[in-house]
Amino acid sequence: MISSLLFYLFAGVLLASATMVVAARNPVHAVLFLILCFFNAAGLFLLMGAEFLAFILMIVYVGAVAVLFLFVVMMLDINLRRMRQEFKRHLPLGGAVALILAAQLVLLAMAWKTDPKALSVPMATNGLDNTRALGGLLYTQYFYPFQVSGFILLVAMVGAITLTLRTRKGVLRQNVTRQLDRSVAEVLEIHKVPIGQGISDDPKP
Amino acid sequence: MVAIKIKKQFSIVSFGSLKAVDFLPQSVEAGFQSIFAPCPLMLSDLAADYLPILLFLGIAGFIAAAAVGLSFLLAKQKPDAEKLSPYECGFPPFNDAHAKFDVRFYLISILFIIFDLEVAFLFPWAIALGDIGMVGFWSMILFLGVLTVGFIYEWKKGALEWE
Amino acid sequence: MIIPTFLTSLLGPFLGPLAWMVLKIIAIILPLLGAIAYLTYAERKVMAAMQRRRGPNAIGPFGLLQPIADGLKLLGKETIIPTGANKLLFIFAPLLTFTLALAAWAVVPFEQGVVLADINVGVLYLFAISSLSVYGIILAGWASNSKYAFLGGMRAAAQMISYEVSIGLIIVTVLLKAGSLNLSHIVEAQRQGWFAFGLLFPMFILFFISGLAETNRNPFDLPEGESELVGGFNTEYSSMTFALFFLGEYANMILISAMTSILFLGGWLPPVAWLSFIPGFIWFFAKIALCLFVFLWVRATLPRYRYDQLMRIGWKVFLPLSLLWVVVTAGYLVASGTLPHTGG
Repeated sequence: MISSLLFYLFAGVLLASATMVVAARNPVHAVLFLILCFFNAAGLFLLMGAEFLAFILMIVYVGAVAVLFLFVVMMLDINLRRMRQEFKRHLPLGGAVALILAAQLVLLAMAWKTDPKALSVPMATNGLDNTRALGGLLYTQYFYPFQVSGFILLVAMVGAITLTLRTRKGVLRQNVTRQLDRSVAEVLEIHKVPIGQGISDDPKP
Repeated sequence: MVAIKIKKQFSIVSFGSLKAVDFLPQSVEAGFQSIFAPCPLMLSDLAADYLPILLFLGIAGFIAAAAVGLSFLLAKQKPDAEKLSPYECGFPPFNDAHAKFDVRFYLISILFIIFDLEVAFLFPWAIALGDIGMVGFWSMILFLGVLTVGFIYEWKKGALEWE
Repeated sequence: MIIPTFLTSLLGPFLGPLAWMVLKIIAIILPLLGAIAYLTYAERKVMAAMQRRRGPNAIGPFGLLQPIADGLKLLGKETIIPTGANKLLFIFAPLLTFTLALAAWAVVPFEQGVVLADINVGVLYLFAISSLSVYGIILAGWASNSKYAFLGGMRAAAQMISYEVSIGLIIVTVLLKAGSLNLSHIVEAQRQGWFAFGLLFPMFILFFISGLAETNRNPFDLPEGESELVGGFNTEYSSMTFALFFLGEYANMILISAMTSILFLGGWLPPVAWLSFIPGFIWFFAKIALCLFVFLWVRATLPRYRYDQLMRIGWKVFLPLSLLWVVVTAGYLVASGTLPHTGG
C-alpha cells in the first residue's frame, strides 16, 4: 500500500521533472530537474530492493555526471533567444522523428509478451544483500563484459584528453622534485663586498 | 484521508511482549539502546529501513527553511540598489559574472566521472572478494591495470597539470 | 519502550511509530545543532590558545554564550539577495548544504544497535551525501551573479570532486578489511584491532587529509580564500543564509570526524577491553572530539595551499597512492587468506 503510494509518487515526479528538463527556459534549471529525475529513479530502485543500484545512481549520475553537465551549462553562454528560434525552425523535422519514435515504441509495446513465470521468480540472492550478490557475479561470471567496460573507460579517458587538452605556452610550473633537490651551491653565492665598489651583475668570469 | 486509509490496512503492529520490567532500563547504555530500538512499521523491510532517512531529510530541510524564514520575518528588510549590487571593488561590474571558463574544469570533471565509476566497480568487489576467489581478484587487477594505463597516459600528457 | 507504546495507543498503529521516529530524529538533530554551535566556540578558543590570545570571554562565563549571541545576531540581520541573482537557487543553495550536512547523521551508529536507519549500504549513503554536497556550493556560486562567488564556487567544486575520488578508494580499502557496507558491521570488524593501526595506517592519514579538502578547511580553504576571492562562494550571502553555509561547514567537519572514527578508529569500541565499562557512545564522542581538535590544530598551524599544489596533491599523490593501497591491501588479504567471508 505505502509501497505503491511511494511508487506513484516517485514515478509521477520523475515524469513531471523529465518534462521540465525539456521545457525549462533556463538550462541550469533543466539540469537541476534532471537531477530531480535521477533522485526519483533512485527512489524507484530502492522500492524494488535494489539498494546498490540506487546509491550508485546517486553517486555516479547525480554526484559526477550531473556536475559535469552543470559545469558545461553554467560556463557556456547559451543564447536563449536564438535557441528558441532554432527550435521553431527544426520543429517539423524534430516532430516527425518524435512521431516515428513514438510509433515504434507503441508497436514494441504491443508485441511485448511477459512470461507469466518471470513475475514469480524470486530474487536469487540466497539471503545476501544485493551488493554482495552483485559482487559475486560481476567479476567472475561476467568477466568479459566487465573487462570491456574497463576498456570503454580507457577510451573515454583518452578521448577526453585529446579533445579538451590545450597546453598553453609560457606558463610557470612548480617542479617539486627539482625544487627540493636543489643544493645550496646551485642557488646561493656568498660574496664579500668591498666597500665603495659593490658587486657587478655579471656572473663571475 | 490517506492516513485513515492506511490505518485500516496496517492494524497489526507489534512491539513484542511488554512486561513491567521492560519499562525500566537496566543502565544508561541499555536505556540509550532501547530508545533507538527499531520500531516496526508495516512496510517491506527495505522501505522501512529508508523511511527514517526520508523523514530525517524532511525535518532537516524544514529546520533550515525555518531558520531562513524566521530571519526574513524578524529582521528589518530595507533593500536599496547599492546594497543589492554584486560585490566589486568600488565600481559596478563591467560584464556578466558567468564568464567562460578554463576548459580544464571540464577535463577534471570528466576524469572524475571515470574514476568515480572505477570506485563504483570497486565497492561490490571489495565486499565480495572473500567469496569470488583468485579469479575475481585477478579480474579486478586486470581492470585496474587497463585504467592505470589511461592514468599514466594522462599524467604524461600533462592533463593533471594545473597552472 | 514505554514511549512508543504510549504513542501508538494515542495516535494509532501507523502514526504512533511515525511520531516516535520523528522524536528519535529530533533527538539526533538537536544535540547535533548544539555541537555545531559549540564547535565554532571551541574553534575560537583553541585557536586563541594557540595564538596566545584569550578568545571569546565577554558573553557568559568563559564566553560560553558566545555562539548563541552569534546566532541571534545573524538571525536579526537583513537577508540580502543581490540584483541579478537567481533568487530561488540563491536561497536554495544554503538550505541544501545544511540539510545534506545533517542528513548524513541518519545512518551513523552511535553505539551497538543505536542507529536511526541501519541500512545495508551505509557507507554508500555517506559517500553519496558527500558527493551531493558539492551542489550547494556550485549553485551558490552560480546563483549569486558575482564573479568572486562564481570563481570560488567553481574552484570548490573542482577541489571537492578531485578529493572525492581518493576518498572513495580509501573507503574501498576499509571495505576490503571489513567485508561489509554496513557501518555497524565495519565497527564490529575492528574488535580485533582498529583499522587505523596496521596495514591501513597510511589510508587513515590520507582519509583525514582528504576530509580537510572535502570540507574546504585549512590548508585547503581556497574556495573561501578571503585574501584573493573576498569570501568565495559565500561572498554575497548574509544573515541566516550565510549562517547555514557556515554551520554546514562545521557540521561537515563533525561528520568527517565521525566517519574517521567509524572507519578507522573503531567507532564506539573502547581502545582496550578493560575500559569497556565506559559506555560506547562516550568513546565515540571522544574520538570525534579528538579528530575535531586535529581539524582546529591544523587550521591554527598550516598556511594555505596554492591551487595548482592542491590539485597536484589530489590527482598525483593521493589518487595513485590510494589506488596502489587498494591493490596492496587486497593482495595481502588474498595472499594471507585473511579476507572476511561473510557471504554464503
